[in-house]
Amino acid sequence: MYIIDRRLNPGGKSLANRQRFLRRAKAQIQRAVRQTAGDRDITDLERGGEVSIPADGVREPSFRRSGEGGVNNHILPGNKRFIEGDTIDRPPGGGGGSSAGNNGEGEDDFRFALSREEFLDLFLEDLELPDLAKRRLATVEVQGMRRAGYSVTGSPINLALLRSMRNALSRRIAMRRPKPAELAKIEEDIALLEKEGESEKLTVLREELERLQNRTKQFPYIDPVDLRYRRFEPVSRPVAQAVMFCLMDVSGSMTEHMKDLAKRFYMLLYIFLTRRYKHVEIVFIRHTHEAKEVDEDTFFHSPETGGTVVSSALREMERIVTERYPPENWNIYAAQASDGDNSPNDGATSAALLRDVILPACQYYAYLEVGSDHDRMQAGFINHKTALWQTYEALLDDGANIAMRKVNHRREIYPVFRELFRRRDAEARAP
Amino acid sequence: MSLTGKDKLLFHGADWDFGAIQRVYDAIEDIAVGELGLDVYPNQIEVITAEQMLDAYASIGMPLFYKHWSFGKHFATHEASYRQGLMGLAYEIVINSNPCISYIMEENTATMQTLVIAHAAFGHNHFFKNNYLFKEWTDADGILDYLEFAKSYIVRCEERYGQNAVEKVLDAAHALMSHGVHRYPRKKRPDLRSEEKRERERQIHREQTFNDLWRTVPSKGGAPKAVISDERRRALLELPQENILYFLEKSAPRLQPWQREILRIVRQIAQYFYPQRQTKVMNEGCATYCHYRIMTRLHETGRISDGSFLEFLQSHTNVTRQPEYDDPHYGGINPYALGFGMMQDIERICTQPTAEDKDWFPDIAGCDDAMGVLRSIWANYRDESFISQYLSPHLMRQWRLFHLVDDPDRPELVIEAIHDERGYRRLRRSLSRHYDVGWSDPDIQVVDVDLAGDRRLILHHQVLNRTLLHKDDAQRVLQMIANLWGYDVVLKEVESSTGAIFHEHVAHPHETLF
Repeated sequence: MYIIDRRLNPGGKSLANRQRFLRRAKAQIQRAVRQTAGDRDITDLERGGEVSIPADGVREPSFRRSGEGGVNNHILPGNKRFIEGDTIDRPPGGGGGSSAGNNGEGEDDFRFALSREEFLDLFLEDLELPDLAKRRLATVEVQGMRRAGYSVTGSPINLALLRSMRNALSRRIAMRRPKPAELAKIEEDIALLEKEGESEKLTVLREELERLQNRTKQFPYIDPVDLRYRRFEPVSRPVAQAVMFCLMDVSGSMTEHMKDLAKRFYMLLYIFLTRRYKHVEIVFIRHTHEAKEVDEDTFFHSPETGGTVVSSALREMERIVTERYPPENWNIYAAQASDGDNSPNDGATSAALLRDVILPACQYYAYLEVGSDHDRMQAGFINHKTALWQTYEALLDDGANIAMRKVNHRREIYPVFRELFRRRDAEARAP
Repeated sequence: MSLTGKDKLLFHGADWDFGAIQRVYDAIEDIAVGELGLDVYPNQIEVITAEQMLDAYASIGMPLFYKHWSFGKHFATHEASYRQGLMGLAYEIVINSNPCISYIMEENTATMQTLVIAHAAFGHNHFFKNNYLFKEWTDADGILDYLEFAKSYIVRCEERYGQNAVEKVLDAAHALMSHGVHRYPRKKRPDLRSEEKRERERQIHREQTFNDLWRTVPSKGGAPKAVISDERRRALLELPQENILYFLEKSAPRLQPWQREILRIVRQIAQYFYPQRQTKVMNEGCATYCHYRIMTRLHETGRISDGSFLEFLQSHTNVTRQPEYDDPHYGGINPYALGFGMMQDIERICTQPTAEDKDWFPDIAGCDDAMGVLRSIWANYRDESFISQYLSPHLMRQWRLFHLVDDPDRPELVIEAIHDERGYRRLRRSLSRHYDVGWSDPDIQVVDVDLAGDRRLILHHQVLNRTLLHKDDAQRVLQMIANLWGYDVVLKEVESSTGAIFHEHVAHPHETLF
């Protein structure tokens, strides 16, 4: 009998099968993921979790009887009162065979859990950061180090032990450096012979031993010549960091509902950026008639009153960009949320600032106009355009690179987000 | 061993280590081989984690299996219900191979490991080695090698022809798995090891003798072919044929050699599992009876403590519990309960027969060699024949079995038979029929095809008891057959006695498979 401990064997044997399964049911899983995402709080999105898909697409059919029609025989244990020939009324809810058949139709839904990675992959699939390629060519690359073979000099910390020892070994073999075992053997022989007394053979052996010992001294076990060091060379890498500016109007006209919409949008953007960039920083700028950089909590929760001057926020952003995020080193994304109010005399200033300073520095600028729940009704009747919307629309007509959307309800957030970041070449095959 | 007193215990407490497992194994082996006379393959016991157990579940318990999405699907279901605590994992999985591999979970307590070794490494192992169905249809020596070959062959196919193409063939083959077995012995036994070698040789030969020139040689204008009679034609194709996979593998005109080989692999594996489906009650009954005897003996001889024995009894009674029909937990007849009940009943008949037993079982009643009788039963029966011969009136009374008929033409359900003198035989016959795979699987056969003509493949489903095939599924499977066959396929559902046709499914091939 053998006992084999398999516990340390690599797990995840079914991983390949799982990937195949996900690939096969991809369309359905994706639909399920998006539905789930609608129901969920956005902060939960990062967690992955259970989805259920219709069993139809992953059905494994086989020839089997339908369980309808025909005489069904059941052998059952636990008879208490029946005797042969008794009749029983059919249980309500229709015919026989309810226990025998129907095992196929039962599996309408197929539930299973997705890991966080799988969930986000499916969730954000087909999305892409716009204009990334163009920018990458333009941006300066940062320097990094990369392993590049071995060198004969270097600092001790980079000593390549394996390589050095291998060199030492081959040198010892090539130079026929006596092995310790050989020396020990001769010494042993000498000791044996010494017990028997002097002889010619003993002299020969002693000479041999001396010769070998000299040779051992001549060729050391390890020699500076053997040493190798890991070599590194500098390479330039494209910028892999991004900063995300969240701009929000917090004047009195912004309701909690609107802030909630904005927050959801920012969360999505953040998740998305963190999956595309190793390093993402966020800057929160809120403004009334004056703008201030704040932390996240203050940004979303602390109340503020005042008028609305959008250009103040843009100026603040400009200041922070020049101070901390030079555009040549950073991918800059900005998302602005507002209810669309702006003081009447600020329109031209904001437009000029955006066009001349902000947009050229940005990879992407998205403007999200948040409305209240019942706004939709009115919007249906009169195509009401807010002050800020009009300002930006004018910029858009001049060819500026702004994405603009209006959102009234939280279920619209994700579709709008998808629309903004949809991969351009995916448009053709989008359903 | 000359251990005395408390030291006779094989282990203390719930924890186990490899030394304890070895001691337990030796003690069990003494009882199983010495007292019960079991004859087993050499054992190999492998300790695995819960996650590895889930892995094993997904690939129908086999240690190495080819990749397919359906295994991923099963894994996902199992994992989801396991994580939610809806499902416990099996304590063990045992593989019919030589050496016989038993997987045991690391979470099990020492008592559970003892139980599992007695159950799987001796009970199931003995059954695998001795039952005639397993001897006839499975090749315990070759199965692991064959699975290894199957896995690497399919990987090679995927590299060569792409995952999608291979997946399509596998999907179709899996759908036909239940109709890919030979039910009767044929001329040659499948020998899995030489199978693998032959395929390699075929491949090498094809590559060595390949000469592109032959493609360019103009072929001769076809001479008018001799007309053969319909009967001769069917005989040449071995029709009618109930092994649909076999038929497709041998006769489908448009399949590539590798596609045939994949059908063959799935067919071989289906054949390997075929005996297990027919011996569920006996196999579990044998293993449960063995573990019960062994554990009881270990306790009697003081090798396991009273506490361990109670722990064992608790899980043993869980496994062999049979809820009554009106119990909310009732989910059909529990094969463990039925098997164990019958084995114990046979032991009783052998050792303490009543007058009734002597009437019903004159051969074995009072023969006193219960183990001998059981061993010969385990070797020579399958569920259907076992129940139809050895279900005793005593057990039917004990279980209070009755037979309920649900005839859609009648307004009410009828009790056809109960556990009384008039009903015993009828009851037993009906129950054994439930375990007859020939009866429970729909009987579908390839009946005709004219390879020289329109190549339309005709299948018949012999409808029993007016129960038609599940329509949606039948259509899907038929579509897969059509894709493999490459031409139209028609499936007729035929009433066996009158020849009336209830329904006809037709499928046209999608060209995409080729």
